[in-house]
Amino acid sequence: MIKDRKKSKERKLAAALELTDGKKIVKTDSITGLLEAVLHSGDKLCLEGDNQKQADFLSRSLLTLDPEKVNGLHLLISTIGLPEQLDLFDMGLAQKIDLAYAGPQGHRLAQMLHDNRIQVGNIHTYNELYSRYFMDLRPDVCLLCGVEADREGNLYMNGSVEDSPAIAEATAFGQGIVIAQVNKIVDKARRVDIPGDWVDFVVEAPSEFRMEPLFTRDPAQITETMILMGMMTMKGIYAKYLPRTLNHGVGFNTAAIELMLPTYGEELGLRGKALTNWVLNPHPTMIPAIEEGWVESIIPPGSELGMEKYVEANPNIFPVGADGSLRSNRAFAQLGGHYGCDLFIGASLQIDVLGNSSTVTAERITGFGGAPNFGCDAGGRRHISDAWLKAGEEYSRGGLPRGRKLVVQIVESFQQGMQETFVEKLDAVTLAEKGLFKLAPIMIYGEDVSHIVTEEGIANLLLCRTMEEREQAVRGVAGYTQAGLKRDREKVEELRQRGIIQRPEDLGIKKLHATRDLLSARSIKDLVKWSGGLYNPPSRFRNW
Amino acid sequence: MEHISLEKETKSPDIAFSKASSLRGVVSSGNLEVLIEIKELGGKCRFEIDTAADGFGKTWKAVIDDFMERRKPGNLLVSINDYAASPDVVGLRLDQAYEDLKGGE
Repeated sequence: MIKDRKKSKERKLAAALELTDGKKIVKTDSITGLLEAVLHSGDKLCLEGDNQKQADFLSRSLLTLDPEKVNGLHLLISTIGLPEQLDLFDMGLAQKIDLAYAGPQGHRLAQMLHDNRIQVGNIHTYNELYSRYFMDLRPDVCLLCGVEADREGNLYMNGSVEDSPAIAEATAFGQGIVIAQVNKIVDKARRVDIPGDWVDFVVEAPSEFRMEPLFTRDPAQITETMILMGMMTMKGIYAKYLPRTLNHGVGFNTAAIELMLPTYGEELGLRGKALTNWVLNPHPTMIPAIEEGWVESIIPPGSELGMEKYVEANPNIFPVGADGSLRSNRAFAQLGGHYGCDLFIGASLQIDVLGNSSTVTAERITGFGGAPNFGCDAGGRRHISDAWLKAGEEYSRGGLPRGRKLVVQIVESFQQGMQETFVEKLDAVTLAEKGLFKLAPIMIYGEDVSHIVTEEGIANLLLCRTMEEREQAVRGVAGYTQAGLKRDREKVEELRQRGIIQRPEDLGIKKLHATRDLLSARSIKDLVKWSGGLYNPPSRFRNW
Repeated sequence: MEHISLEKETKSPDIAFSKASSLRGVVSSGNLEVLIEIKELGGKCRFEIDTAADGFGKTWKAVIDDFMERRKPGNLLVSINDYAASPDVVGLRLDQAYEDLKGGE
């Protein structure tokens, strides 16, 4: 029988009425009662664990429930950011989880999965998960977090709007219950990010919700190898295709490129011709390029701690509301990353010899986040740009003309601790064969990758005509890993003659020039200076 | 600690350099120091490697062979103090010191 969601919601609202001020406000110490009133065993519970902000008070409060009364919950969460979110399973409150990303809790999730203590529905990309909230994973209850709420339930979230609109809309219009924790209840919200009539209950949290500065990369940690890879990328890919719209991953390799735009990028004459419109969180390492006039727009999936004032001072670049503060939106930014970008560049933990990559290892399940949407050639894209056409020309080779997104993997052949990035077989595939997954969790499929950049050079996979060529192209840049040492040296040399593999010397790049002098900022303090004092780095990044 | 000595030779080696020696890199975790000096070795190159990471002899040989193939140098004494640098960093430092020796060519 199909559940009467409307009737169920009415009953829950009636049960919770006595805990409210007559409207939507619930006292902080009544939270357990509220959750008991609205959560039924087996409910789908969408908890706002986003990439950055975490509904920490509500997560903790769930643990006060009695598993005799409430159990079998099906947790829907885009990012597992807090241990409490997995405690729900150990306590017997929750049974099943659907997620997109488990970065900080990846080790524990892997262990729980091995021990059969958690049931994983699917590991999604962000957009997949959000869209399923409207389809077959409609939340019965969602728990949001915001900065301010007024008495009508209007929510203000400052820069970290992130996933909230998608979650709130799916729940409110799917006859679910919307509960928000806020830092403060006010008379009038600074801005309405979520309209009050979508919100059923608001509770003031005892402390401000937790945020993580996930996108701050200290320039002091950028090595000359990263700089060399950045130079190759900029000269061999950016200057060749001139992508105007792009996304950078969060690693140090791409932070190095960001810091080299005003130096090496200027030398290459790229300013204004390429790299003008970005999908990107407010990376502090973008400050020098912004100050030097490289950037027209940045649409951020989230915010970044310390960047508030700098962002607010740049409303022409960042989406800033009439109230003066940033509004991020992960769903639209992810769509931009999928459909709007000429180029995506990011790193991975493991890449196999056909270019398939994964971040899943036996010890750690990080999930996908947005990488598969960013890191694929969007088959549904129809709008045209020069970079997309140029890549398409190489790809279609005389067949029906096509466009093609540039999907670049930038990795060192060895990770920290001499872990080999290039492998014959991904751990993800081995784990799937052992029955842990129905389908190997591949982050980016080899067929979607256009280029692999390592310290050894660039492999252009668009130009490979056969799988054998692709394999040798990957091995040919895989350095001294086992997979790299197994290359067919003659074939690799032939690929080099055909421009499929390019070494630094083929690109006219001197390794002698790959020094930290190319970084427009060499420390966090330099970034503060570039920002005119507006960037306010979190204390952990201050060492002066 | 392990010490590795290698002697390498290439056909018609390049022995024209604009400096007598070049030093690149520092001995710190994951890094290494490469000193290249011009020395009359009958056209050969000698590599004296001190490394903190034992058991990577094969990798050192592969990195040095590639360097020899890439640059085809002769009459060089190369001294390396390694603190567990990855092979890519070794290759980078060798090339940087070599390019410096060639006068930045």
